[in-house]
Amino acid sequence: MRAWIGRGIVFGLLAFIILGPLANLALWAAAEQWYFPHKLPVVYGTKFWEQVFKPRGDALVSLVTSVWIALATVAASLALAMPAGYALARLKLPWRTAILLAFLLPQAFPSLAVYINIARLFYDFRLNGTMAGVIMVHTVHGLVFAVWITAAAFAAVERDLELAARNLGASGLRTFLTVSLPLAAPGILASAIFVFLESLDEFTGTFFVGVPDVITLPLLMFTASIAGNYQIAAITALVLLVPSVLFMLIIERFLKADVLSKVGA
Amino acid sequence: MQDRGRLGVLLVAPALAAVLVLFVYPLGYSLVTAFQAKGGGFTLGNFSKAFEFYSVDIGFTLVIIGMSTLLIALASIAVGGYLTLGENPRAVALLRWLYRWPLFIPFVVAAQCMRTFLAKNGLMNNTFVGLGILDVDQTIGFLDWRGIIITFVWKQTPFVALLVAGAMASLDRATIEAARNLGAGRLRILFEILVPQVMPTLVVGLILSFVTMMSVLSVPLMISGESPTMMTVDMAFRINNYGDYGTANALGFISYLMTATCAWFYLKRQVR
Repeated sequence: MRAWIGRGIVFGLLAFIILGPLANLALWAAAEQWYFPHKLPVVYGTKFWEQVFKPRGDALVSLVTSVWIALATVAASLALAMPAGYALARLKLPWRTAILLAFLLPQAFPSLAVYINIARLFYDFRLNGTMAGVIMVHTVHGLVFAVWITAAAFAAVERDLELAARNLGASGLRTFLTVSLPLAAPGILASAIFVFLESLDEFTGTFFVGVPDVITLPLLMFTASIAGNYQIAAITALVLLVPSVLFMLIIERFLKADVLSKVGA
Repeated sequence: MQDRGRLGVLLVAPALAAVLVLFVYPLGYSLVTAFQAKGGGFTLGNFSKAFEFYSVDIGFTLVIIGMSTLLIALASIAVGGYLTLGENPRAVALLRWLYRWPLFIPFVVAAQCMRTFLAKNGLMNNTFVGLGILDVDQTIGFLDWRGIIITFVWKQTPFVALLVAGAMASLDRATIEAARNLGAGRLRILFEILVPQVMPTLVVGLILSFVTMMSVLSVPLMISGESPTMMTVDMAFRINNYGDYGTANALGFISYLMTATCAWFYLKRQVR
């Protein structure tokens, strides 16, 4: 019993530290009026929700922009990562480790200093402020997850199954399409979700490359927060939270231990 | 066999080209620009300007990231240790459920949470006042460099703790039981048996988190946009207000150096 009193204090404090800021966000999202010295919102209501989700409002436009960019980023990443992942898992490659590490580069340097120069170079190609420019930046940043997880997924496919298909007379391409690809699909899906979330949540790259025309949800949230519109910022933040939390709940279903153990190997 | 090798190179080439064109080239460009004068030609002027205007922020960046890394290390060792050595299954399950929450939360959202939570009249102080721990005029806001540290630790600890707890769980239980039978306390088992064995995992997690924190712009902008703040804010300021790529890239070069030093210490440890 004594032990639980001590634990209760420690866990209570921990819960306050971890969940307090989130509860705070939820309160702001539900508040219509909240000012000093009131410790809790004075008036609750959905006025700001209607404002955020009104048809053709800024938030809805940004949400659509964000989702399109994220989907295009997933498509581009997979188009690049699936051939690369398969080659890294199954084919003979010179400097294999060096190639694997090359994809880690965008995560190994502080990326802000690189983004400002991408924005400058994009200026000459008229890619600044375009969806295409933002998609390119997001794709390279997410490529490490895409390539590493896809390679792990292909490596986890049993080689005997592929050999059996070849023995029965299937061509290399047919074996890939009917055996390797379906078996690696859950891992590839996991990498797609990773890339999708990375793109949806990305701030710094979009901040430099996307302005002033491409306003994604994180940028809209930032602008609302700096302007002091805490309700709008909180509601947009909650929208961004939904996919993140969903992913935390289902990740283990897609990313099985046999694939995880081969990531980066 | 020759053909298969060529096919492999062909399949990897597009992805590799994307990284080269969209990352390695701009990276090289930033390194060159850092040492370039306005009209071209080599100069160290960008660096003297960077130090003249921003030496305080360069220092604070080191302090903020260093302190955050240290606190993240301690917190994730504590979490991992309790998950491995905790004796009460219900408390362990509770911690396992609790500590992961901020894991996938975007930095912008974390910054927005903290911006209203840590303010002088934010929910944190309101709770303390409501519980009678503090008086209204005793409250202080944390929306400065301390707030940045708190946000970083809150956001990054679950990631490192996840790695550390995983590594600790896969260790051989026999040594732990042996030490326990010989009468070693839990704290001693944690620091003398568990931590030394998971050190490589811990260091990799901390380095990844170090690099991530070095390039976050939203958190310092939203928690504390004014000096003393982090170099990322100054880089954005030089670009957006003056189009001054020289000084911004000099600051960028300094941030590369910081991460490189950190990685070098790691590699030195590995080789030895």
